This record gives sequence, structure tokens and C-alpha cells, in this order.
Amino acid sequence: MRDYIFKRLLFLCSLLVLLICGGMVYSLVSGAIPAFEKFGFFNFIASTEWDPHPENEQYGALSFITGTILTSFLALVFCLPFSLPVALFTGEYFRGTRAASIIGSVIDLLAGIPSIVYGLWGFYTLRPLMVNLHLSEQGFGILTAAIVLAIMIIPYASSLSSEFISMVPRELKEGAYSLGGTRLDVIRRVIFPISGSGIFASYVLALGRALGETMAVTMLIGNTNLLPTSLTATGNTMASVIANQFGEADGLKLSSLIAIGLLLFLITAIINFIGKMIMKKLN
Amino acid sequence: MDKLFIFVLILSLMACGNSKKKNTEGRQDATLTAAGATFPLPYYNLAFKTYKDSTGVTVTYGGIGSGGGIRSLKDQIVDFAGSDAFLSDAELSEMPAAVVHIPTCMGAVVLAYNLPEAKELHLTGPIIADIFLGKITRWNDPQLQRANPGVTLPDKAIHPVYRSDGSGTTFVFSDYLNKISTSWAEEVGCGKALKWPAGIAAKGNPGVAGTISQTPGAIGYIGSEYAFALKIPVAKLQNQAGRFIAPTTESISAAADIEIPADTRAMITNSPVAEAYPISCFTWLILYQEQAYQNRPEAQAQATVNLLNWMLGAEAQDITTKVHYSPLPESIATQAKQTLATITYNGQPILK
Repeated sequence: MRDYIFKRLLFLCSLLVLLICGGMVYSLVSGAIPAFEKFGFFNFIASTEWDPHPENEQYGALSFITGTILTSFLALVFCLPFSLPVALFTGEYFRGTRAASIIGSVIDLLAGIPSIVYGLWGFYTLRPLMVNLHLSEQGFGILTAAIVLAIMIIPYASSLSSEFISMVPRELKEGAYSLGGTRLDVIRRVIFPISGSGIFASYVLALGRALGETMAVTMLIGNTNLLPTSLTATGNTMASVIANQFGEADGLKLSSLIAIGLLLFLITAIINFIGKMIMKKLN
Repeated sequence: MDKLFIFVLILSLMACGNSKKKNTEGRQDATLTAAGATFPLPYYNLAFKTYKDSTGVTVTYGGIGSGGGIRSLKDQIVDFAGSDAFLSDAELSEMPAAVVHIPTCMGAVVLAYNLPEAKELHLTGPIIADIFLGKITRWNDPQLQRANPGVTLPDKAIHPVYRSDGSGTTFVFSDYLNKISTSWAEEVGCGKALKWPAGIAAKGNPGVAGTISQTPGAIGYIGSEYAFALKIPVAKLQNQAGRFIAPTTESISAAADIEIPADTRAMITNSPVAEAYPISCFTWLILYQEQAYQNRPEAQAQATVNLLNWMLGAEAQDITTKVHYSPLPESIATQAKQTLATITYNGQPILK
């Protein structure tokens, strides 16, 4: 009897989560419909126009989609040379040592820092640095946002890949050593092929986090509703334009912002789906 | 846990005791609800608190933005709404009944800048328009240099900073530029949110002010109440009379010393008064002219009008400068009181 109740309870709970998720999608879609009806779905995605002038409202999401994709993928590229060595260090070379556990927990600590703190650090430290290094005229822009994003996603990428690297069976590694392989050979020929899909999964997770990041990006990207023309140009991401303009928005503008939210949801879903497909293939 | 419980118990007992005391003293217990613009929020908070201390009437004002305030008034869920922009004729006709505008205080939009080389900066309307249109891009531009004969301006890039969120501040700023520059009127226009051709954007007055103070060469517009409290350098602007005027409580109030329509629905940017700061503005409280709607008791209507009447009096107007706003000129306060006298309950004027 008890078992039955427990089973039912679990079922109810999972159903509830499903319902909430479905409700969110429903409200996003119904909120976005006026914008799609006015501008057309593909026109809305392909247009860079963002003109809130009351008599001639024109909204398009391309600038923000570009901003989101540029910052996220740049962040992924920037985080790679840091997160992969850290993962190898803690998962293979110094596995189980004090040094590895200290470094591992410090990196995990990075994940616990609220994003507003990253934003403040970027605003007060990184931005002046970018100006002093003559990388950018005023310090705001895609590049600054991507660097801070890269630091934010390092823990997501590294701790999970370290886990997968350390899960490679000992016998396989020892077999490779006994065949005369160097440590580098073992990493290249044994560890990467076996833990590859796991490492890939951790980077997909990190990318997902970068796509939706709002606060730190809003503080650093410059918030201009224009298509970024260079890496140091200012722009806006899908999340940051919503955060910036939601407060006073109504009517068509509100609907366009909700539509951007829906698109962000779709992009994240697609990237997760692609990640899963590739993981399946690698397996 | 027990201690916390006792503490809460004592607090609630104290609260009970308090309200009883008020009742026995025969004070009014009315509670007024309002919502709207965030620009005058610090002033309203202080004014409503002062009002409560002397009359016992509680006023809850939610700073949800002018648009939200108007919507709440339309739905008749608030006693009055606050707005930085007056309702247009079209918006007035959308309201379920006639409403009146009561100006409560004045503010301005100031141009804050980060240029340590220039202790004082003079700007004209066309120069501001060209900076925000991206046509003037360096501080030593001949036009800027001509307006600032005493200062050697550096060869630095100008970074215009604007609001990334919709805002009444943007509305007032663009209204001024619309009046003063034809190229602005053609290319950008006037509104709470605009399509900006140049510059960087930040959220809210704090965001814009923070970006300016952290970016050498930056210039941006912020609400005067915020700039005065922050004490950041602001430019003197050339007004219609050709004089360069610093934004002060006096120069902002002076801008309203003109003939305006009886219902006070007027933008007073680019004021012709010789001492006026050119980007000054009113903020309004908006309420229904006929107060007997939705079964509102007469006492509620009376309390609403009493509060607004007090807001126009000397006591409330003196508070404005304490929180960096400017008082209404005498003529406008008188005009607003005449409007207030037209408010009725079942056709009977409330204010006697």
C-alpha cells in the first residue's frame, strides 16, 4: 500500500514538472504570437531592425541572436585552453592528490559566484584593462562580455570533464603503458577517445549556461540594439535585451521580447539536442 | 525559535496598541493607494511619510513606471496614478472617464560628463543632438570648442551614453532635442525608447551614471534628482534666450514660469524664460474628475483630494528641494489648485 502511494506521488510530481514546463512553453508561444503575426516568423528572425518609435514599430531579433551566438561561442573558445588542462590536471595527472582537490574545489567555487559579481568585476576591472590595452575604445562590447562568460563557464566545463577523465578504466591505461606508450600517448590514444563524449557533454552544458547568462552580459555588452560589426563592437544578447527592456515594454514590443525569449528557448533546446546526437554517435 | 515567536508577538501587540491609539485620538484612518512613475518616487516617499505623520493618512505609492500607473488607474484599482508624461488626447479618450492632471514637482534632465580636462562644459541643443546622432565624435570638435572659449578641449573620443530601458527621462530629453534640431526630429524623434544611431546603453539612472563615471570621454543624460544626489559634473546648457544655464532648483523652476494650458498638460522644455534651464519637466498625479466610481466612499474621495491639495501647498513644496527636486512656481500651483477644485463627488465639488 505504502509503496503504491509512494509510486503515485512520484508520478504526480514528475507530471507536475511536465505541466509547468508545458505551461511555460504555452505562455511563451501565446505571448509571442502577435509579434510573429505582425512581422512574420522568418522576417522576425532575419531582421536587424529594432525601432520602438510609436507610429512605426519595427522589431527583429537577428542582432540579438548574433550577439548571443557570438558571445557564447567565443566564450567556449576562450574557456577551452583553461578548462581542459584543469580537467586533465585534476582528473589524470594529479588525480586524488591534495593539489588536485584544492584546485578542483577552487574551480567549483567559481560556479558559486553570483553572476552580478562577475559583472561588477568585469565593469570595474576588466573594462578599464581592455581600454588600457587598446583592445577597445570604451571597453564595452562582445569581446569583454565573452571573456567574462568564459571565466564563468570554466567550472561547468572542467569539473564534469575531469569526472569523465578520471572514470577511464585503469586497466586500459596500464595496458597502454605496458605497450610502451608515454603519458601523452595515453592521453591522446586512450583517455580522449574513451571520455570524449563525456567531455563534449560538459562543453554543451557550459554552452547552455553561456547562452542564457543575463546579468553579467548586460553590464558589459553595451546594450546597443545593432548588429555587432566587430568583436569590440557593442551589441545586445537575447537575454540582455529582455532584461533591459522588459520593464516599460507593452503591446507589440512586449510581444517581441517574449518572442525573443521563445527563440532563446528554442536555440538552447536545439543545441542540447545536437549535443546529445553527437554524444550518441561518439558512443 | 521561542525567542523569535515572543519577539513577533510583542511586535504585533505593539502594532495593535498603536492603531488603537490613533482611533482614540480621532485621526483619519484612510489608506490611499497609488502607483506610477519612478522618477518622483524619492520625493513622494518623503512627502507621503510627512503627510502620514501629521494626518495619519497612509499613502502607498508603487513605483511601477508611468505606463503601469496609467493602466492601474484605467482599471480603477488605484486612487491616483503618477506619470512623467501627460496623457495625449488619444490616451485621454481611452480612459473610462474624464481625468485631471495635477503637477506635483519639477525635475530636469542633465548632461553628465567624464572629462577631467573640462571643469565647466557649455553645450548647445544642436551640439547635444549631433553628439547623440554620432555626428560629433571628438571632444575637440570645432563646434564644441566654439561653445567653450575658455577651455582647451582634448582630442578624445566622445562616448554618448543613453538609457537601455524605456524611460520618462529619455522622453523629456528627446522632446527637447526634437524641438531644437530638425535632423534629430527626422532621424530619431521623440519617445520613451528610441532607435539610437550611436553610443552605449545602460539600464536606469544608476547604470548610465556608473558608465559615465567609469568611462573617460563619456557623456550621458540622467535625471537631475539623481545627478544632484551623486554630485557628478554636469554641463551648462544654452537656453532659448542664448544664456548658458546650470541646472539648479531655481533655474528648473524658472522654466515653468510661462503661460501653459489650463489643464497643465505641457512640455516645458526649451523654455523662453531667460533664467530657465532648457530641459526641465513636470511630473503629474492623475486622477478621475468624478470621484464617485466603483462604490468609492466619499471619505476616500475626500482624503484623495485633501492629499493633493496638501501636495500643492507650501509644506510639501518645501520638501522638494530636500530630495533634489524643484518646487512648482506659484502660478502653476495656483493653476493646479483651480483644477483640483473641479473634482467632484456625485457632482458636488469636494474641495470647499
